[in-house]
Amino acid sequence: MPDDLINSFMTGPDENGRFGQFGGRFVSETLMPLILSLEAEYEKAKTDPTFWAEMEDLWKHYVGRPSPLYYADRMTKHFGGAKIYLKRDELNHTGAHKINNVLGQIILARRMGKTRIIAETGAGQHGVATATVCAKFGLKCIVYMGAHDVERQAPNVFRMRLLGAEVIPVTSGRGTLKDAMNDALRDWVTNVRDTFYCIGTVAGPHPYPAMVRDFQSIIGKEVRWQLAEQEGEGRLPDTIIAAIGGGSNAMGLFFPFLDDPSVNIIGVEAGGKGVDDRMEHCASLTGGRPGVLHGNRTYLLQDNDGQILEGFSISAGLDYPGIGPEHSWLHDVGRAQYVSITDVEALEAFQLSCKLEGIIPALEPSHALAHVMKIAPTLPADHIIVMNMCGRGDKDIFTVAKHLGFDMKI
Amino acid sequence: MTRIDAKFADLRARGKKAFVAYVMAGDPDYATSLEIVKGLPGAGVDIIELGMPFTDPMADGTTIQLAGQRALAGGQTLDLTLKMATELRKTDQTTPIVMMGYYNPIFSRGVDRFLEQAKAAGIDGLIVVDLPPEEDTELCLPAQKAGLNFIRLATPTTDDARLPKVLTNTSGFVYYVSITGITGAAQAQAGDVAPEVARIKAKTDLPVIVGFGIKTPETAASIARVADGAVVGSAIVERIGRGDSPAQVLEFVRGLAEGAHSV
Ligand SMILES: Cc1ncc(COP(=O)(O)O)c(C=O)c1O
Repeated sequence: MPDDLINSFMTGPDENGRFGQFGGRFVSETLMPLILSLEAEYEKAKTDPTFWAEMEDLWKHYVGRPSPLYYADRMTKHFGGAKIYLKRDELNHTGAHKINNVLGQIILARRMGKTRIIAETGAGQHGVATATVCAKFGLKCIVYMGAHDVERQAPNVFRMRLLGAEVIPVTSGRGTLKDAMNDALRDWVTNVRDTFYCIGTVAGPHPYPAMVRDFQSIIGKEVRWQLAEQEGEGRLPDTIIAAIGGGSNAMGLFFPFLDDPSVNIIGVEAGGKGVDDRMEHCASLTGGRPGVLHGNRTYLLQDNDGQILEGFSISAGLDYPGIGPEHSWLHDVGRAQYVSITDVEALEAFQLSCKLEGIIPALEPSHALAHVMKIAPTLPADHIIVMNMCGRGDKDIFTVAKHLGFDMKI
Repeated sequence: MTRIDAKFADLRARGKKAFVAYVMAGDPDYATSLEIVKGLPGAGVDIIELGMPFTDPMADGTTIQLAGQRALAGGQTLDLTLKMATELRKTDQTTPIVMMGYYNPIFSRGVDRFLEQAKAAGIDGLIVVDLPPEEDTELCLPAQKAGLNFIRLATPTTDDARLPKVLTNTSGFVYYVSITGITGAAQAQAGDVAPEVARIKAKTDLPVIVGFGIKTPETAASIARVADGAVVGSAIVERIGRGDSPAQVLEFVRGLAEGAHSV
């Protein structure tokens, strides 16, 4: 269908790394040559069958892909509406979708002869995934993590250290993901020659947003054939839903469906204490405006003078004042819809998933689930929702216990 | 001819190298900062780099990060930074002022409006760390059209193949970053810098000024010997940060300027 090609939502970014006005390469000159060589290396790898063969082998035998597409029957009955499927990326090795992308970047780093890997992390899942793959390949790994997140994600900090990574707590700013990313960029600019920066989401300068999306797209590709297998040839989901911090698990689910107009796409941002002018949330699309940070133009939480605001969320993985540039574009062109969910709603969904399905979700996908809870009852029984269960909740039990008033020192 | 061009013509005529000083506008507060800035030309500063505070200064070390935080906590805004330039222009018509910072506050203001306001305030040039040549249409080209110099950074990773791209659309001077790293970190080495400056000068007639990692009058002198001038930022900002009085800060600046001018 030539019309589809012309109207495709899947051709971005352009040669300047732009999705419409979003994206780009807003980095210092020191980093620019590296970013160009990374782009060249990635372009080569993308069409190199040996690269993908290595990825697929590791995805299968090391990560445990494909992750199941699970029909959540009790949840479906409970809400009495749409049929709910969960894409079980929380069953991946290391407990989240993050490793899908890390494998790709580390294989690239090896191809580029880089021996030192740095990463930023919020919830610690990307840090753990990076530390894991570095351990597997014998690479030096340094993870920057906001001091506030070091505290609220303690189990992941210990996991990273066990895996041989050096975890550097970042005290600038409020000590969350944004600040960790600043310090990772400072490290990179200082150690350009031997260091590879493994970014954990679909943000940063081009080619990161496109590259991370491509690696995470395995999620949506699997959903396509898995749903066809369970629901019949050609059956597509009616609605796909994912939580958004930077937006990598969401892009991974969404991308393979962008050109299927019947598929309704919903991204769920962290509403924190509520999206209003107190700005105690992380809903960049709902409550922000376009700006430039961390190498790309995108929607950002900022004040009138262009200073970046800190944001707020119970979920360390969503606690970021920006969002990947492709989401900003999908938002502006209207291909995807973006909503927000508060801390309280996410906590409720967290508990419901435990009780109804025996799945302890991470706080990040709990936000997506909370939105499923809102819409499922209003939809007919033949409406299929696929939600990305992108992480497991082991890392969050301390935070949740605190919020539920449960004493962990039993 | 901009004030920057005129300044270099004058220095060349006198056989002198340039001394460039960076301070963060509004650090620790507007009044103190203005007093320091107004004293810089008298302390021997040829070009003033006025830092625009930003919450997320990715290319800066702790010293300048903290200066930005102090300035923002003290209520510094883009309007106040422009006002500082306006105030300085009341007493000084010749010292070039270059605004240095990150793109988002400018983008947020609106590029056209910002350029108009900067021009009216007597700003001569811009250094915007996160705008490489690949993003020239954002601010570099509009700025040149508005009559402001757009000063680009060249770095140790800018190889020969890339250098022409960096030099195209650069005006005023070229800012060579002496180290791969953030401000205030490693010590600049004249031995490493000299061949790099020569490499750049072979490709451009613009003056080449070297910054990052210069902290003492001695280093300022050794760098000025192999380039067209030296920039000092963190070392000055550090003194402001520890609470030195404007007079003490300016005394320190005078020493640095004498170092750079001694060769
Ligand atoms: C389980 C989980 N989901 C989601 C996220 C948010 O990242 P993204 O929006 O890139 O998927 C994180 C980040 O740490 C995470 O750990």
